[in-house]
Amino acid sequence: MTDPNQPVNPERIPTPADGGIDPVAAHMHDAPGPSKTEQKSYSQGQLVVRRFLRHKGAMVSLVILVLITLLAFTSIGIGPIPGWWGKDYTKAADVINGGRPTYSFPFTLGEHPFGQDSTGKDYFALVMKGTQVSLIVAFTVGILATILGTVIGGLAGYFRGWLETLLMRLTDLVIVIPLLVLAAVLGQIASSWGVFGLAIMLGLVTWTGLARLVRGEVLSLREREFVASARAIGTGSARIVVKHILPNTIGVIIVSATLSIASAILLETALSFLGFGVKPPDVSLGLLISDYQNAFTNRPWLFWFPGLFILAIALTVNFIGDGLRDAFDPRQNRNKD
Amino acid sequence: MSTMTPAPADSTAVLSFTDLDVKFGTEFGTVHAVKGISLAVQPGEVLALVGESGSGKSVTSMTALGLLPKNARVAGRITVGDTVVGELDDKGLRRMRGNDVAMVFQEPMTALNPVLTIGTQLTEALELHGIAYGKQAVARAVELLRMVGIPEPERRVKQYPHELSGGQRQRVVIAMAISCDPKVIIADEPTTALDVTVQADILDLLRSLKDKLNTGILLITHNMGVVADMADRVAVMLKGTIVETGTADEVLNHPQHDYTKKLLASVPHLGSGPGQLGTVVTEVAEAPEGDKPALELKNLVIEYQRVGKTPFRAVDDVTFTVGSGEIVGLVGESGSGKSTIARCALGLIPAVSGSVSIFGTSFAAMNHKQSKALRKRIGVVFQDPASSLNPRFPIGDCIAEPLVVHKIGDKKSRLAKVYELLDAVELPRDVINRYPHELSGGQRQRVSIARALTLDPELLVADEPTSALDVSVQASVLAMFTALQERYRFGCVFVSHDLAVIDMLAHRVVVLQDGKIVEQGTREEVLLNPTQEYTRRLLAAAPVPEPGEQRRRRDARHALLAQLGDEVTELRT
Repeated sequence: MTDPNQPVNPERIPTPADGGIDPVAAHMHDAPGPSKTEQKSYSQGQLVVRRFLRHKGAMVSLVILVLITLLAFTSIGIGPIPGWWGKDYTKAADVINGGRPTYSFPFTLGEHPFGQDSTGKDYFALVMKGTQVSLIVAFTVGILATILGTVIGGLAGYFRGWLETLLMRLTDLVIVIPLLVLAAVLGQIASSWGVFGLAIMLGLVTWTGLARLVRGEVLSLREREFVASARAIGTGSARIVVKHILPNTIGVIIVSATLSIASAILLETALSFLGFGVKPPDVSLGLLISDYQNAFTNRPWLFWFPGLFILAIALTVNFIGDGLRDAFDPRQNRNKD
Repeated sequence: MSTMTPAPADSTAVLSFTDLDVKFGTEFGTVHAVKGISLAVQPGEVLALVGESGSGKSVTSMTALGLLPKNARVAGRITVGDTVVGELDDKGLRRMRGNDVAMVFQEPMTALNPVLTIGTQLTEALELHGIAYGKQAVARAVELLRMVGIPEPERRVKQYPHELSGGQRQRVVIAMAISCDPKVIIADEPTTALDVTVQADILDLLRSLKDKLNTGILLITHNMGVVADMADRVAVMLKGTIVETGTADEVLNHPQHDYTKKLLASVPHLGSGPGQLGTVVTEVAEAPEGDKPALELKNLVIEYQRVGKTPFRAVDDVTFTVGSGEIVGLVGESGSGKSTIARCALGLIPAVSGSVSIFGTSFAAMNHKQSKALRKRIGVVFQDPASSLNPRFPIGDCIAEPLVVHKIGDKKSRLAKVYELLDAVELPRDVINRYPHELSGGQRQRVSIARALTLDPELLVADEPTSALDVSVQASVLAMFTALQERYRFGCVFVSHDLAVIDMLAHRVVVLQDGKIVEQGTREEVLLNPTQEYTRRLLAAAPVPEPGEQRRRRDARHALLAQLGDEVTELRT
């Protein structure tokens, strides 16, 4: 057994009695480049975690996203549970300082750190509520659309035949109806069920792009020899799809998921703007921006704060997706020991 | 030693490299691809540059055309005729390419543009270099096609690359290369993608080209048989340096350097039979009475359905058996249906008619559970280990996968089995958590073989298991393979296009052509005393790595062709 601290011995060649093959010479051609591989052996899960932890952009983004989420949910509380920020986003108060932000560098929060809106509501509380709603919408839509798209695309691509025809015509049907119209109708129905209802409806209409991408990937992967050899040893279809094919599409899935999370925020904004999305007194970041887009010249903070949070959420999600994709890809060698 | 003397700075050389040194800047630091080599090609001479993958032979040839990527740093002097390549600007380089140096690539399908006609691609070079325009250029294109021996050139110039066969496409590529009358042609593995009989024709064509046009040829290849057939002089390359140069006779018959000796020792010799290269000679054990053969094909027909056309019959009326513990070689050229038969035996493709029975049972008459139980007894090794191993599975999981699928053992016993198999295929145990891309080609193929043996199969289907490997790696994999066969005693269908490999390990041989069996019998019968014309052609076309013997074989092949009423391919001027 090789000492784990020693570099891997590149190809050990048998030395037949007739001396036909010289192990030293055989060494010369076939070096796998042990310098590039880790010297120690890690399991698959450990490798993924290690690679993700070493991706600086993803780690910083993860920390920021967790902080934003914690801030949004603890500050004004969820539902009946009160948060540590005393003010209610639905109640107006006396306008202080012309509604300007009272925050000043470095740690003076003042009465209304993000200012007040036109009716005197605390804008920090509003932005926090909006962030909550947008996060719930974004992640519910992102996760639901990804699961639906992957399952539908995977089934259609692997099984082909009538199942593919059925699923892909269904996909076409969803694609040809303008997304806003479909989302508006469904959103109207679902809005009585609150934010989650809206998010689930949006998830049900945004999986199409991913389904097409996954199907395409699966179509090419199912013809690869490793799938043929898996079938030849008697592997069942479910295991082939889940263990052999889908892990190879993880790059496409993650990129698409991060994009759909970002676009869900925008779709919700558009719907809210048209009056089909989040209804007052609920509020979302997109709604805040569209409400105050005209205030940009005289009261820019009403635009900037929700905008900043949308930007932060979208960017961090994209960086995390980037890090995940790199971590899952075994061919990534960028991070060395 | 001849290795250290640089080639003389001969003024007559059409292509010369002096102290050529190429480095690539990459993410992982600098890769030193070519380390100060000197070479010269004389007019009318074939210089063969030999080496295994990664030795820097293709990089060397690319420097002559100035075609290296931007991260390459080239030092040293390269001259084509009287011009120094390093001193040319982009315009000068373009004028030189095609005009002075031309290139013949490995894969004619990708070297030709699939959306342009043959004629357009041929006239493009003529017009760019101002040799002929318009109708004249087309006339010249037709003439070029006639020269390289393509029938009906007037019709062919209007056709697209996919309408031609592989050999004809390579002839077109050669016609393009000679269209501007270059001083030197660089042929980078010109026959690797072709069948042996086509390879022999293309080599005949290249040989007549150097004789009739006095062109210098730099032939890059890893095939020692091609070297013996073509080369006047040989340079052996290893890891960016030239370890040995000399005439074909000196290098191939009296090699000085250890690496050259090893390389030559790894080439299987057609006609030498089993026992070469450390392979184990196994005798087929007499099967007990009443034992079913491992695989029995009866009147097998396989068709591929085509939309709007009659189905394509890939395999037609094929009957043969593989006894337990017997290796049957399935030989044929591309399109002969050998891989299709292998896949059908694995139950991956249904048969249209006829029967496939494995240990007396058949996939067709089975439910899901029974066929899974049968698959347990069959192992499979595919041609390209890079694509037959799941890139997302660590090696340990790859090998243990059959155990997981068939729910055999627990985690501990599976790991023990993986270790046992890694030892059997001579890989270090700590590869279990590595991924396929971290291993070399030979190591990957060992992993596929280990995976095929996980369930102790009684039948192994090996579809071209060594054709993607370098010769020395192939030798070690084959030696291991026969040792494993002796130990585990599985019956085996061994698909290969390489007659020499089949000669080394098969007990019986089946020769296929266009989906039909041409000849079958024991190894001695088929390979030493072939009765069918097609088998004789195949055997005659396979080159051997000894210049004198190869010359005799070539003359014998030409005689055979004359006897069969075919003509020898050559340049028609």
